[in-house]
Amino acid sequence: MKGVSFGQYYPSDSILHKLDPRTKVIMAVFYIVCTFVCKSAAGFLALTLSALALVFISRIPLRTILRSIRPLLFIIAFTSLMNIFFTQGERRLTPESWVISIYVEGLWSALFMTLRIMILIVGTSLFLTYTTTPIALTDALENLLGPLKKIRVPVHDFAMMMTIALRFIPTLSDETEKIMNAQKARGSDLSSGSLLKKAKALVPILIPLFVSAINRAFELAAAMECRCYHGGEGRTRLKVLRYRTRDWVAMLTILVFFAGIFALRYVPWLYIMG
Amino acid sequence: MDKIVLDHVSYIYGAGTPFERCALDDVSVNVRGGCITGIIGHTGSGKSTMVQLLNGLAKPTSGKVLLDGYDINSTLDELLVAWKDREEYAGLSRRAAKKAIRAEMEGRRRRLCFRVGLVMQYPEYQLFEETVFKDIAYGPRNMGLEDVEIEARVREAALFTGVDPSWLDKSPFDLSGGEKRRVALAGVIAMRPEVLVLDEPAAGLDPRGRSFIFEGIRNYQRTTGSTVLIVSHSMEDMARYCDDVIVMANAKVVMQGARREVFAHVDELSEMGLSIPQITTLMRRLRARGLDISDNVYTVEEAMEAVKRYVAEGRTGGELV
Repeated sequence: MKGVSFGQYYPSDSILHKLDPRTKVIMAVFYIVCTFVCKSAAGFLALTLSALALVFISRIPLRTILRSIRPLLFIIAFTSLMNIFFTQGERRLTPESWVISIYVEGLWSALFMTLRIMILIVGTSLFLTYTTTPIALTDALENLLGPLKKIRVPVHDFAMMMTIALRFIPTLSDETEKIMNAQKARGSDLSSGSLLKKAKALVPILIPLFVSAINRAFELAAAMECRCYHGGEGRTRLKVLRYRTRDWVAMLTILVFFAGIFALRYVPWLYIMG
Repeated sequence: MDKIVLDHVSYIYGAGTPFERCALDDVSVNVRGGCITGIIGHTGSGKSTMVQLLNGLAKPTSGKVLLDGYDINSTLDELLVAWKDREEYAGLSRRAAKKAIRAEMEGRRRRLCFRVGLVMQYPEYQLFEETVFKDIAYGPRNMGLEDVEIEARVREAALFTGVDPSWLDKSPFDLSGGEKRRVALAGVIAMRPEVLVLDEPAAGLDPRGRSFIFEGIRNYQRTTGSTVLIVSHSMEDMARYCDDVIVMANAKVVMQGARREVFAHVDELSEMGLSIPQITTLMRRLRARGLDISDNVYTVEEAMEAVKRYVAEGRTGGELV
């Protein structure tokens, strides 16, 4: 841990990192829609290639990205098994006398679902979490949701709350580690005994953590008031978001890609989902 | 024999990630038993990492940490390797044996913590109990001591650290920052560790609070004959309370030895950006002005002696009168 693991952000200076965060949010949305619109083998081939291309462009080691899929392996395995055994179709693989019926269609849809989930995760995390700092992301959301201010949605306040929450994740995780170490040094036993005993052993960690979190909140509120913070009205920014040429190019690319995926729905190559 | 030995110890944070950082680089240190040793260095020089290695909270990436000549980490690892040959695990299934080993490792880690008491930076944040008494008793209670013994230890630790008996029934959250610090210190001293390690024990305290904490530490050390390590970046405190000094810079040990030997390298120390004690600077300036006075002086008391000697011998010289 040690203060560096801040979300999943992976610093690098690829073109993906440099894009405006708003562009990346928009691209992520289109990319997600693409994975759901896609239903032909040709389309999935294109999606897979695009995901690999994204990994290449982002200059993030493939190993790091695959690690983020690991927690979802169970879901992926579960959905593919479901698809294999419960999809009805025309070309049956197992003999008629067997109770278990597996169809070619089932195998195809299992493959498509697996690809869909993996590409969904890889795509969104490449656009959002890996290449964009959480703070930039909230900035982008505040900006994109800006029009909602017209109907009195406190967009700025939500964004500020999110920024503060994100800002304090590493602080609190550091603090937790420190307090855990301090109590361990006094011989607290966190790993043995019954569930109830383990829960009780957490008290010496949680109480100091809550106390300091509440104190921090008060201090932060006082500091913000001292500098006359009064919400988003008329506030200027240190980093003004600005679309550049590369952002327009990127958005055009994703639009073309989206149209392509849409067209590939009807290409009768290998298999098209019903 | 030296109480604590670090043998070519390195420690790397986040190895294999883009955030990799070397906190200790091939550090070898010997700490004499029964003395107060100061560890001094800039922020980020590896001081705080070093103290966390001493009670097994962190394990060195490479190298050994020896306490009384025994490697504190190998005793744990050996268990895992040789579990099949040990009688107490005979007849257990692999799973059960693993569980037993893990429990034993945890037990050893805890016993090590009772032998090597660590007071972390800003320890007042670790207080959590309803009363000061209960909080100081947390460590001794984890040791599994009897109630009578716990009571005795709490009172003893309170005496060492200047925790007023009237506070014992109060909530620790009602005390001031300096008072909380003393309670937290008492919480570790109550375990009567043979090695007491303190990371910046006086950081952020006023001079009165500082001397309270340091006097308490020295008191404990003198009474119990234990070994004390103090991390600090205040040369003044080092000069006052430490017998030996270890100087760290950029994840390495640059100097170690008796206080006088280390402080004799005044110029090198100030080159590293470590401020020498103010009183030493003053005495050096006096000497530079031509007064024949000892500048081998590191505390105000020593300076007073030197000035008295100077006056008594009736020497004059220089233009400063």
